[in-house]
Amino acid sequence: MKKLTIEMMLSAAVIALGALASNGAARAANDQVVIGDIDDMSAVYADVIGQGGVEAVKMAIDDFGGSALGKPITFISADHQNKPDIGASKYREWADQSGLTMLLGGSNTGVSLAMAKVAGEKKVPFFAVGAAGSSLTNKDCTPYTVHYSYDTTSLANGTASAMVQAGGKKWFFLTADYAFGTQLQEAATKVVEKSGGTVVGSVRVPLGTTDFSSFLLQAQGSGGDVVGLANAGTDFVNSLKSANEFGISATMKPAALLAFISDIHALGLNTAKGLYLTTGWYWDLNDTTRTFGKRYFAKTGKMPTMNQAGYYSATLTYLNAVKAAGTTESDKVMAELHKAKINDMFAKDGYIRDDGVMVHEMYVMQVKTPEESKAPWDYYKLVKTLPGEEAFGPLSDSTCPLVKK
Amino acid sequence: MTTIFGYPLPVVLGQLVLGFVNGSFYALLSLGLAVIFGLLRVVNFAHGAFYMLGGFVAHLLLIWFGVNYWGALILAPLIVGALGVGVERALLRHLYTLDPLYGLLLTFGLAMMFEGFMQQQFGSSGITYPVPAALTGFYKLGFMVLPIYRAWVIVASLTVCFLVWILIEKTKLGATLRAATENASLTQAFGINVPVMVTLTYGAGVALAALAGVLAAPITQVSPHMGTSLVVVVFAVVVIGGMGSIFGSIISGLMLGFVEGLTKVVYPEASTTVIFVIMAIVLLIRPTGLFGRD
Repeated sequence: MKKLTIEMMLSAAVIALGALASNGAARAANDQVVIGDIDDMSAVYADVIGQGGVEAVKMAIDDFGGSALGKPITFISADHQNKPDIGASKYREWADQSGLTMLLGGSNTGVSLAMAKVAGEKKVPFFAVGAAGSSLTNKDCTPYTVHYSYDTTSLANGTASAMVQAGGKKWFFLTADYAFGTQLQEAATKVVEKSGGTVVGSVRVPLGTTDFSSFLLQAQGSGGDVVGLANAGTDFVNSLKSANEFGISATMKPAALLAFISDIHALGLNTAKGLYLTTGWYWDLNDTTRTFGKRYFAKTGKMPTMNQAGYYSATLTYLNAVKAAGTTESDKVMAELHKAKINDMFAKDGYIRDDGVMVHEMYVMQVKTPEESKAPWDYYKLVKTLPGEEAFGPLSDSTCPLVKK
Repeated sequence: MTTIFGYPLPVVLGQLVLGFVNGSFYALLSLGLAVIFGLLRVVNFAHGAFYMLGGFVAHLLLIWFGVNYWGALILAPLIVGALGVGVERALLRHLYTLDPLYGLLLTFGLAMMFEGFMQQQFGSSGITYPVPAALTGFYKLGFMVLPIYRAWVIVASLTVCFLVWILIEKTKLGATLRAATENASLTQAFGINVPVMVTLTYGAGVALAALAGVLAAPITQVSPHMGTSLVVVVFAVVVIGGMGSIFGSIISGLMLGFVEGLTKVVYPEASTTVIFVIMAIVLLIRPTGLFGRD
């Protein structure tokens, strides 16, 4: 009897949910801009974009004036819980029922790859901001995908080549065991070998591992001089902590293939000092970045990560394209996007290539020591600025079928 | 170089030592779960969240009141244990007469609330808790470098496990507790206040989780999700050991730490799954778990 009650309650809840969802169904897409954001809002990557990204999009919409083509801009967001099926089905649902005109894709390459398929199918522009995997603009490219902040190629071209040049010739990779990690390792391996280094070994670590010391011990036994951390978020933070704890940092140099300012903030400069990393944006680069950083800080109490800044910039770039096209019709907006030069707080003369990469400068940074840091969030010193073409590689390297050879 | 199945001996030994460290955590956490399940028949899904709260309380004690690690080791389990007592008094005790599923759903919901609240307050990347000064440095074991702190974790958690085992199996208090587990109404007829005992047992189980959280704080990032992936493993440990078996949960915790450590060398991709494979095999052969009765 009790079990029956629970079942009844559950079915009632399901019915109620269904009714809620179909409420949005009737909305038609006649030139009303509807921006969606699907991201990890509650788990390991939630600090990289998450609620901070929602805030950034709202800032962009406000700065644009709140309306486009004479109609108020709608903004919706959802949590994909790092599950590709949830991300893809939400995207499909919004495209079918909520009149979605553009989607911002948050963290997690696995989820973004699933969502890119929906972009191709539903023809709704997809700005992949949080995902790193460069297959999004290679074999998995679509005419509606824009890869905005950074990708595995540009990360590798930054950090890996800087480390090899600094003498780190023999690499051991500690790699997150899913699309993102393997693509990042692949890209870094290419750069290491091209720059005259070798890869002495690698270990694939399942996502959500709680203890990294075993893997770091394997790295130490490999005889390499660099341990390349091809992971992100909490995994990156915990592996760097263990590297320090086990004294591995004394014999091998850790290389952060992807680190965000939120990670460095969580680690503290004592643990992170000296670390090389590559970023697409930093708040303390110039006056425009500082102005944006401070505005964002006033709202959230944190400095934005490169991807939160990317969310702001991507939203404005899209809204400008809609304005130029005079419509939300996907093909016309995409044509405007490919024509545009992006000049804002995020990019200088950025442009969107045929394969979907938004080409812009990338920055190799070194984390400051506690003594060098003069203020809160003063974490990086600039080692090298990579021009966009050098960072993202030539278009001729792209395996995207949309690129005319 | 000596090898074992083609793997260098130092590597295998190193993994065994690290497996021992992780196994100590599993033992401490599964012990709390087993104690709670034994008496309350509640599958405490909030165990990982209490573990996480232990870490955060240690951090807050440090930054708000300047209480150091050693103080936190005592205070944090008491504070979180008190919270556990509150949860039992206010919520859980209403569910004892119902299907165990209700207790599971309630504690699962509580875990999500605690984690969500901490994420709202502290963000998902968490905070760094310093290693206490007296425990910094390494032991050079020849085949590996063992941070003194990790060695301390083994000593501390095994001592606590041993003490709890003595308490339950060898003392009068333990005897009444076991009696209440077997037959609550009969025990009550002997003039023992079973409801108070149930409340305190839940509090103690929760305090053990919080203690594990404090022990873990200097090693892993103290973050809202630190318990999420761990608790699933710990459930598997309890199932393998036999639901409610104190001794079983300690031994299988340590054993699975070793197995996991070796998997990290042999086939790292499977290191988070191997425990569940073992669980499936154990359930097929011995549905009551390795040390389970009835």
